[in-house]
Amino acid sequence: MLLGISIIMFAVMHLAPGDPASIRYGMNPEVSQSARSEFNRMYDLDKPVPVQYVLWIKRLIKLDFGRSLIDDRPVIEKIAERLPATLLIQVTSIIMIFCIAIPIGVYSAVRRNSLFDRVSTIIVFIGYATPAFWLALLMIFFFGVKLEWLPISGMSPWYTLYMDNAGRITDLVRHMILPVVATAFGSLAALSRYSRSSMIETMGENYILTARAKGLPRQRIVIVHALRNALLPIVTIMGLTLPALISGSFIIETIFSWPGMGRLGYEAIMTYDYPVVMGVGVIATFLTLFGIMISDILYAVVDPRIRLEKNRG
Amino acid sequence: MFKIIRLTEFFLRSLSKKMAVTFFLMTVLLLLVLSVPGVPDAAGREETRDAYVHSGISDARILIPFLADDSVSGSICSYIYNGLTKVDKDLNIVGDLAESWEIEDEGLSITFHLRKGVKWHDGEPFTSRDVRFTYEKILAPETRCPYVSSYADISGISTPDEHTIRFTYKVPYAPALLKFGMGIIPEHLFEKTEEIQRSSYARDPVGTGPYIFSAWENAQYIVLRANEEYFEHVPFIKRYVYKIVPDQSVQFLELISGNIDSIDLNPYQFIYRSNTPEFKERIDKYKYLAHSYTYLGYNNESPIFSDKRVRKALSYAINKEEIIKTVLLGLGEKCSGPFLKGTSYYNKSARTYEYDPIKAAVLLREAGWYDIDGDGILEKEGKEFRIKILTNQGNQVREDAATIVQEQWAKLGVKVEIQVIAWSAFLDQFIEKRDFQVVLLGWTIPIDPDIYAVWHTSSSAPGGLNFVSYSNKEVDRLIEEGRRELKIEKREDIYRKIHELIAEDAPYTFLFFPYATPAVQKRFQGIKPELAGIGYNFIDWYVPEDEVKYRF
Repeated sequence: MLLGISIIMFAVMHLAPGDPASIRYGMNPEVSQSARSEFNRMYDLDKPVPVQYVLWIKRLIKLDFGRSLIDDRPVIEKIAERLPATLLIQVTSIIMIFCIAIPIGVYSAVRRNSLFDRVSTIIVFIGYATPAFWLALLMIFFFGVKLEWLPISGMSPWYTLYMDNAGRITDLVRHMILPVVATAFGSLAALSRYSRSSMIETMGENYILTARAKGLPRQRIVIVHALRNALLPIVTIMGLTLPALISGSFIIETIFSWPGMGRLGYEAIMTYDYPVVMGVGVIATFLTLFGIMISDILYAVVDPRIRLEKNRG
Repeated sequence: MFKIIRLTEFFLRSLSKKMAVTFFLMTVLLLLVLSVPGVPDAAGREETRDAYVHSGISDARILIPFLADDSVSGSICSYIYNGLTKVDKDLNIVGDLAESWEIEDEGLSITFHLRKGVKWHDGEPFTSRDVRFTYEKILAPETRCPYVSSYADISGISTPDEHTIRFTYKVPYAPALLKFGMGIIPEHLFEKTEEIQRSSYARDPVGTGPYIFSAWENAQYIVLRANEEYFEHVPFIKRYVYKIVPDQSVQFLELISGNIDSIDLNPYQFIYRSNTPEFKERIDKYKYLAHSYTYLGYNNESPIFSDKRVRKALSYAINKEEIIKTVLLGLGEKCSGPFLKGTSYYNKSARTYEYDPIKAAVLLREAGWYDIDGDGILEKEGKEFRIKILTNQGNQVREDAATIVQEQWAKLGVKVEIQVIAWSAFLDQFIEKRDFQVVLLGWTIPIDPDIYAVWHTSSSAPGGLNFVSYSNKEVDRLIEEGRRELKIEKREDIYRKIHELIAEDAPYTFLFFPYATPAVQKRFQGIKPELAGIGYNFIDWYVPEDEVKYRF
């Protein structure tokens, strides 16, 4: 799977017109021509593309991602530096999505056509239709510039060098709020919608009717009987949300000057930094597969039928 | 000063003795009142304080001056390192680490006398060995210095003593003194490193400059601190911070909310967005000629444009004022040649191609272009006058300028199509292959007027930057002469002549010099825009005590 994706990425990247050397040295009268060919030679860019790919795979087997064409640092080092920042935003967003979307969905399903349901439906549709980058800029303008409640961009600015640890953590949390909200908003809308319909469907099942007939309290019916079953499709969707979040991070991180992997990837694409593009691609693919695996595991947690059955047989 | 004393003397003599005594006493009294302790010095800048946060869209790459080939790294390096020479506010070459120099043997030998008592940031003394080491590294092929061609004529380096260094040249090279502005790196830290670009000092640099490297958080910021022992004087601003904000609209918001102290505004922001009371209250705007110009380049080899009359006609058909007014919102000046306006190389009497649609039409007729079928488009030998202007994506000013040129040429009967292409593809598919008719692009103007790389016939070879294939034997000869001529006055004559000849040939239509339009928070004082911009006297900027924002 990784291999196939990497071949496609490599091909697409090299099919795009332009090359790193002309991006770097093109149209600079002070740079000598020899610098260009030296540059190409140093990074094997003068070899045919398939040969470059084979060389890349060979290095990858030894877990060597090569060096960035921009600052000559090892790609793996650059990614390792940026990955925690991305994960911090992604994991927080996912937790937030889970904790907010499901209750909203459940509540709207239970109180169908109530005021809450209608208002949340409108908000959810707005959220779903709003481009994340636009929402991000809007939030920056409102909360950062007008109200001055939250910092506008960055993760841990330079002045945190002169702070103690407690100050740094508070500052970090303040910096996280806007990017997390911007990341989560779209998926939150989708997921709450999805959990609402899934819940409505379950609420119509016969066993819910049975439970009601038994005279169980409404709360118990909703949480124990309905929600558990309604969660199944939601967990599946969750696994698919992850790739969307990762690709969204390319833009969100650039807007918020967040020093994460998405921004690294975006900048690498813009500067034709092939090794970094490939490195980020591999890691992102890996993260996506990992996310799908997690959702499979969760699936087993919520649905006993899928669990490996040890006791039987 | 002497003048004032003489005037006072004259004044006193003309008074009667008694009055003179009274006057004297009053003056003394006045001086006493003025010098009462507690009245702060007007500038109040002896102390170093506060921080200056500048921002840009990308991170630095490497902090070794002669390997830094992007503008961010180059600018950070300029705070950390010194060269032998530098340019002052009027772009004259003055000493930096070198106190003085002699040029001998008709330019074949340059001897620099270095400043004494200069120390590296780690406390080691700076000597001529560091200079020799730096230039040996630049010239070594394995260093892969992108600027090596500027030093290729150096044939020998010798160090008669610790504070003297002599360079000998194979042939005289006029831009040499300016090129010696390249930052010097410390030998004692680099001598053992094999690969200089992978040395740890490439990201943790040690120099002699006004600021000492302090921290670099990738993709976030770089912090420098004032060098208390800097040989000129300690900079009045204690920290220099470079903050990376990749989105330009966010940069602007950060400026307004005060988290960033300076950004470069675009024309729209300069004229409209910054017109609010809160902006004016807190932020100053500056404007001065940027060291660049925007032009239309004609492919001089293509059938239509090999005719000089056509190029001239199209130049006359452009109303540069209108372009400056609409595209730059007035933030630019008309351009007539490849040198910076305001310098002595720029020839004010070169042909400027003032807007003259009639002259343009006449010239096109002379070249054989008529509207035979009356459809508003000119024809010649049965072919309609259709051209394509190419420009690169991501530069709104260029795209807008192309649109106006399209409209102005349409009035002449020329059908113009505009194609906007991503930069790398633009270079690869059109510039490299010389596959274009007209391009709308810009050049930065280096401080030295040598324009060999862009205008000499030999630079039109594949890979060269004379992609319009301009060729004029007289210009070639003058360019070669200008590189070897060391007398400033003679060089000025040469480049003024080159300017005149190029303008006459009209291989480009020189459009405009845009203004650089930085904005800086008001608390920073001492900023004086000059030909060199505003950054040349950064160590003299200061913040009055009661306006300090950051305290350390």
